[in-house]
Amino acid sequence: MRTISIQNEDGNQIAIQAFPIDEVGANERADFFTKRSVKKDSKLSALYLALSMCDLTTLEGSDTPGRVQQMCAKARFPVPPDLIEPYLIKRKAGPIPSVAAVCVYPSMVPIAVASLKGSGIGIASVSTAFPSGQAPLNVKLDDTRFAVENGATEIDMVINRSAFLSGDYQQVFNEIVAIKKACGDTHLKVILETGELGSYDRVRLASEIAMEAGGDFIKTSTGKINPAATLPVTLVMLQAIGDYYQRTGKKIGMKPAGGIRTSKQAIQYLCMVNETLGPEWLTPHLFRFGASALVNDLLKQIFKELTGQYYYDKVFSID
Amino acid sequence: MTDLIKISKTIKLFIGGEFPRTESGRSLPVYVAKTKKLYAYLCKASRKDLRNSVTAAQSAQAGWAARSAYNRTQILYRMAEMAEGKREEFIETLMSTLGYTKIAANKAVNEAIDAFVYFAGFADKYQQMIGAVNPVSGPHHNFTSSEPVGVVALICNSKFNLGEVVAQISAVIASGNAVVVLMAEAGAATLAPLSEVLATSDLPKGVVNLLTGDLNELYQHLGTHMEIQSLSYQGSNKKILGELKEMAAGNMKRVIPPINDMLSLDHLVSYVEYKTVWHPIGN
Repeated sequence: MRTISIQNEDGNQIAIQAFPIDEVGANERADFFTKRSVKKDSKLSALYLALSMCDLTTLEGSDTPGRVQQMCAKARFPVPPDLIEPYLIKRKAGPIPSVAAVCVYPSMVPIAVASLKGSGIGIASVSTAFPSGQAPLNVKLDDTRFAVENGATEIDMVINRSAFLSGDYQQVFNEIVAIKKACGDTHLKVILETGELGSYDRVRLASEIAMEAGGDFIKTSTGKINPAATLPVTLVMLQAIGDYYQRTGKKIGMKPAGGIRTSKQAIQYLCMVNETLGPEWLTPHLFRFGASALVNDLLKQIFKELTGQYYYDKVFSID
Repeated sequence: MTDLIKISKTIKLFIGGEFPRTESGRSLPVYVAKTKKLYAYLCKASRKDLRNSVTAAQSAQAGWAARSAYNRTQILYRMAEMAEGKREEFIETLMSTLGYTKIAANKAVNEAIDAFVYFAGFADKYQQMIGAVNPVSGPHHNFTSSEPVGVVALICNSKFNLGEVVAQISAVIASGNAVVVLMAEAGAATLAPLSEVLATSDLPKGVVNLLTGDLNELYQHLGTHMEIQSLSYQGSNKKILGELKEMAAGNMKRVIPPINDMLSLDHLVSYVEYKTVWHPIGN
């Protein structure tokens, strides 16, 4: 096993293990979670849990203040309460949870802050020249500070893939440390963009670097390139989180993002988290879904569970 | 060389352009009409197969409706061509499972091919025939045009008639609808050649989905499914029709009772929605 030596900000050398990953094994193990059958009450609680873990996301060049406001309204009340109330009473089910956070570009943070006042819903902002990260460090830092100063409660940064793939791990580490400093108390999620890393070995190494450098969450993807989140990639990252917890006692969160569109997939992820890290990770504080289309499918399936009939998503808002 | 053993075909469902077995793993036996010996085991579709079919139909429908009317005509005509190539297999299935004579079976296939051609002809003509420019009092043009209703669930008559089944499917899809067909138990073995005709006619995947199964077990799920926009019940059970009408009210599905005149414009028009547009007259 290779060990990579990195100098931390105090000038001390830290050793980061580059664990080799058994690719076939990881794929097979991940496939195992697609064979589960979760039904009835367990399914309903899994759907509720998944909904409460969503980071409702819009990251488009065409985002407007109106669109962000609309999304924030949906974040508070994913379904109009009047529509679902009778069914909830009948089934004695709890109220539909709001999502964990909204995720927007820095320029939209003030809009989201105003729209979500008093709701307790997090405001995540992507930063560091998302999605490519191809900008000088001072630009990335300004980007981050802008979001934090305007009220973002979570920052989703991208790692410097250019440096990572050229083997300059020190640079990757330094950037994360610098951004973490700019964040202050704001939660930092580190996006590895696994689709660009090319192998599970590299995903594991990038996870180790991100955690050592101070990331509170590690996140698979920007959602802008394919493949985005997959079960095996998430598994590799979850195992890295588990090993890091064993070594340091620090719990790092996980956020798969991009490509998770159906409730069925979401439940597979929940099973995987439960069986890899344990039930204490099944909370929005330690696990999130970066998604937009997923929310409507979750609602559709919740309606199916509550009413017994197949529902359509046309009754829910699109954004 | 010794004689080869006959390789018989496994008859499966037709969902989203693919031929899956039922997810439930259940089957229904079909017998040879004359000898009562086992002919084949068909899939007994479950409510999840039904749900998957509706999802497939739902995602295929918009693309199908967006095709040009002329292209839908071409594809329906192509089905007639493909059915001609499958004539022997249709005849064999009809003779074995329903006890048709060769002449009767041949006639049934002729009717099926005729139905494909009939609705192929109408697919790019019905809009001109039912659309209208309406006289209104005021400085407006007023047009009525038609649109497909969306996803249609078709419950076939338990008295099987190949020509009617083909006419019903063709009438639904000619205007750009997608359809989930629950075939009656009698004649269900024709699903095999029929699905292969559909699969080889450049029909986009999911526009037609064919299921075999127990109506009593499935009709409630068809009736309450919110993604189905129209429910066509071609059977003769008044009680089921009544229940379906009640359930259909949940999302205002249009219920189509048994059609009498299979080859008619009215049949096709049962599955379209009218839209009237006012447009100001200006210079």
